Amino acid sequence: MYSAADLKKGLKIQIDGDPYVITDFEFCKPGKGTALYRCRLKNMITGSSMDRTFRPVDKVDVPDVEEKEMFYSYNDGENYVFSDAETFEEVQISAEQLGQKTYFLIDDMTCNILFFNGKPIDISLPTFITRTIAETEPGARGDTASTNVQKPAKLDNGYELMVPLFINQGDLVKVDTRTGLYAERVSKG
Amino acid sequence: MKSMPESVAKLNKIIPALKQRRDIFSSVRRTLDKMGYCEIHTPCGIIAPAAEEYIEAPCAGSFFLRTSPELQMKRLLAAGMEKIYQIGPCFREGENGRKHRSEFFMLEYYEAYSDYMTLLDHTFAYIRQAAIDLYGKDEIFFNGKKIFLDHPEIISVREAFKCFAGEDADKCAEEDALFEMVLVDKVEPNLPQERLCVLLDYPVRFGAFARVKESDPTLVERWEIYGGGLELANAYGELIDPKIQRERFEAFSLTRKKMGLREYPEATAFLESMDYGIPPSAGAALGLDRLVMLLTDHQDIGEVSFPLDS
Repeated sequence: MYSAADLKKGLKIQIDGDPYVITDFEFCKPGKGTALYRCRLKNMITGSSMDRTFRPVDKVDVPDVEEKEMFYSYNDGENYVFSDAETFEEVQISAEQLGQKTYFLIDDMTCNILFFNGKPIDISLPTFITRTIAETEPGARGDTASTNVQKPAKLDNGYELMVPLFINQGDLVKVDTRTGLYAERVSKG
Repeated sequence: MKSMPESVAKLNKIIPALKQRRDIFSSVRRTLDKMGYCEIHTPCGIIAPAAEEYIEAPCAGSFFLRTSPELQMKRLLAAGMEKIYQIGPCFREGENGRKHRSEFFMLEYYEAYSDYMTLLDHTFAYIRQAAIDLYGKDEIFFNGKKIFLDHPEIISVREAFKCFAGEDADKCAEEDALFEMVLVDKVEPNLPQERLCVLLDYPVRFGAFARVKESDPTLVERWEIYGGGLELANAYGELIDPKIQRERFEAFSLTRKKMGLREYPEATAFLESMDYGIPPSAGAALGLDRLVMLLTDHQDIGEVSFPLDS
């Protein structure tokens, strides 16, 4: 158990059976009264946020969370399978849980998998991945008045994103896995 | 040219704020002097801290560091001074955050034969004057919003609880920490933002040194003034009855014992002055670092004061 005085930004806690991370924290002491700990909490499973204020007497559960480095092994048709590099122990995560991250998985890529009560709840990927542009219209000259003009493109795995006009089919580009957005061109195709 | 180490760069960054801080301190002193207050100094190291439920005095050898100069200044009232102020450091163990520092600067002032509403006028006057001295007008920008300092909004604690939180302040006061929770989560965020706001008259439990209101014995004469979401100052119509003061000290000391907190020695000299007689008085205390935050548009107390060693 944590006591309220242990709370701080970044700490992982458990409320009503769900794991939360404290994303914002403020100590306050209104009008000579008791100390209060105001927290903004992010549910580590659903991603939704809520505010909660704790009193000094409050006790907070410690969640059973663990982060493990594993590599992406294969897709068995339904689930994505990750393996421990030393023990070869396997973990399956559904496409639904991974969301758009499925597009950023590359065979043998190392990821950090977050477990809650022994079940995988989230994975963090390397910040950037490099992939080939499979489809995009050639950028038309003359419509580059604004430097921010972008056009649609498709990666070799079917993921759709916006890229600058100078990107051509066959180019290698970096994609930011946190936002899913184009980051930079690595080389021309 | 050597590159600046982090510890030097940190100080370098706060130089403009330190200069504004100096200007604000000077302005406040000027206004209080003009009003006829006499600046006095009392020791930081004391033997008997004011017994309060939730305020902890750090130990320094055989002394405690003062959490406020309240008891010493009231002894001066008993001795015959009538209008006094003090600017100096105060200490509160474990209080650190964006709006709190375990060592901070307090401005504390008392006026004998006066009342807490007169002190509110004085308080508002020196804050407004500091803004005028700084910017040439009685309006400021804080956290992206304009605050007008032409007059404060005054709202009773009961009204504020009812209209901002839909709660009964007196009922909230009965349950441990509930009053504070409602205050912090529902009342404070909804206080008017475009002016300084005063919360007036608290349930008896929340006035350690305040006298009970004659017109309503369930309330004490107390106000708190807020600006830009910052709690700036607290004031009491001072309790001067030694019998009630002894009862409250005993009750606090019992609560402290129950909570497993350190016991404080009895404030003998203070009680002796009260027995002798403190004239009917009003007193207020303002966190000067927070006033600097408000007037210079800083959201973190660390941006307007020399960093504490950690």
